[in-house]
Amino acid sequence: MSVQFSDTKLQEVQKMIARYPEGKQKSALIPILHVAQQEFGGWLSAETMDYVASLLQLDPIEVYEVATFYSMYNLKPVGKYLFEVCQTGPCMLNGSDNIIEYIGQRLNIKAGETSADGLFTLKTVECLGACGYAPMMQLGKHYREHLTKEKVDAIIEECRKNAAANN
Amino acid sequence: MGRKVLLEHAKIEGIRYYDTYRKHGGYTAVEKAFKMAPNDIVEEVKKSGLRGRGGAGFPTGMKWSFLAKPEGVPRYLVCNADESEPGTFKDRYLMEFLPHLLIEGLIVASYALGSNRTYIYIRGEYAWIVDILEQAIDEANANGWLGKNILGSGFDCQIYVQRGAGAYICGEETALIESLEGKRGNPRIKPPFPAVKGLWDCPTVVNNVETLAAVVPILNMGGEEYAKIGIGRSTGTKLISACGNINKPGVYEIDMTISVEEFLYSDEYCGGIANGKKLKACIPGGSSVPILPANLLLKTAKGETRMMTYESLSDGGFATGSMMGSGGFIVLDEDQCVVHHTLTLARFYRHESCGQCSPCREGTGWMEKILKNIEYGKGKTSDIDLLWDIQRKIEGNTICPLGDAAAWPVAAAIRHFRDEFEWHVQNPEESQRRNFGLAHYADPLAVNA
Repeated sequence: MSVQFSDTKLQEVQKMIARYPEGKQKSALIPILHVAQQEFGGWLSAETMDYVASLLQLDPIEVYEVATFYSMYNLKPVGKYLFEVCQTGPCMLNGSDNIIEYIGQRLNIKAGETSADGLFTLKTVECLGACGYAPMMQLGKHYREHLTKEKVDAIIEECRKNAAANN
Repeated sequence: MGRKVLLEHAKIEGIRYYDTYRKHGGYTAVEKAFKMAPNDIVEEVKKSGLRGRGGAGFPTGMKWSFLAKPEGVPRYLVCNADESEPGTFKDRYLMEFLPHLLIEGLIVASYALGSNRTYIYIRGEYAWIVDILEQAIDEANANGWLGKNILGSGFDCQIYVQRGAGAYICGEETALIESLEGKRGNPRIKPPFPAVKGLWDCPTVVNNVETLAAVVPILNMGGEEYAKIGIGRSTGTKLISACGNINKPGVYEIDMTISVEEFLYSDEYCGGIANGKKLKACIPGGSSVPILPANLLLKTAKGETRMMTYESLSDGGFATGSMMGSGGFIVLDEDQCVVHHTLTLARFYRHESCGQCSPCREGTGWMEKILKNIEYGKGKTSDIDLLWDIQRKIEGNTICPLGDAAAWPVAAAIRHFRDEFEWHVQNPEESQRRNFGLAHYADPLAVNA
């Protein structure tokens, strides 16, 4: 995959840079890395990070040090569907340990692993601010809350259907 | 029914959109503000007694008055929407359902402080809320509340939303500023404080979402009226996000006049402990504040009714009290294991430590490892003292409050539930099969539910 934003994405990036005073384009780094991760396969390769550095006229190291600090950036390839399941206190009180175990069983993977078909990655995360609607996970842009085994089954099914439809 | 000044209109259909919001009195605070001198707005906020709703509880008006105003240097207002304290999800609710309330508060505060570029720094995971906020900002622009020469005042203002990317530490104001500058979220050494040297080295005020939203009712009703809600120095209303083992988890606005018991057991709020269980313990103000056993939650050590106010929740200091913090109210029923729960919090802080200060970077890792040993049957009695020793060596020895925030939950768990830790150590196998049932913790004292 060649690392190059489309013209539409480049316009989006320019808009992001324009939010800051002149010369402060580095402030756009974190939002642009989100766009890059989404555009280039769900993770940030060295090539992607170098490309972002060149867009913002930064040294590559300035991008690497940021990309390695924040937990939402994936530094390794991930599955098409990333299950980010919260395991912090309030979710634990409502059974998140069982949910994480169940997802692992269903997909035959442990936390941090990707399923053999490349569809799913299971990632445990720390508090996402959905404590009253626990247990929960983030899937793409949105939260899936009040998780039960049945809901997990339905979500896996939904992802498989979507993947099949897109192929 | 308690008085509601923030969530009064939250359930109205369409309140998320401009027309409906405006129809219900929206943006009158901005109209009022632009007829006032900026400093008079600061005075009004001082009179209201409003205290920072992010967790620290510092008087907002005073924070605003500290803002340096050197000639020819821009000043910035930054809204802290990095809500990441476990147990806290109130700002999310405000932004999701009442985005215009925040935008309105931001316009008033920007005018009061002289910020022409105002940023909302939102945690990266709240991705869908970014769209909601940006739509509200577009609507505010289209209706003349933002942009150039607002209401003919000569004042220009624009609001931008900046997404974070997953880092609890960015809720700390100097780490947030670093992140907004496109760097790692490493807190800065203070002084200089952001009020003097903040975003791009310019004078900056960082306020929590709920704090800025509260500026709207303060302007509308006047600071003195606002200060009449609540008790003593706990003026106004507070959003409490309640979670854990309760019947009705969710976000509640309380005027600070009710007791903890009423909040926990009345149907208007939490509706009591779920599944007919008893109360074991509660963290009343977000994961960083001390956990309290049932008896000390409902009554202070002096035997007085504990109230949902800043002062009452901290009555007794850390020996027998806790804190209002961010208002993240986490309830543990009688079946919950305090050791396990504390382990999840220790893991959280280890994960979120930025790594700058060695007491926090190393200490949070050690605390997690030791707690893991105790929880999984490999602990020694001396480990409990070691844990105590480590948390004491973190507290106060780091440049930002994350160190304290990591130390306090461990300290309070040992202080109030030491026998549960000892039972784990003495019963390594049994402790993995069942929980330590300390019935006397679970007694819902003085509750006739």
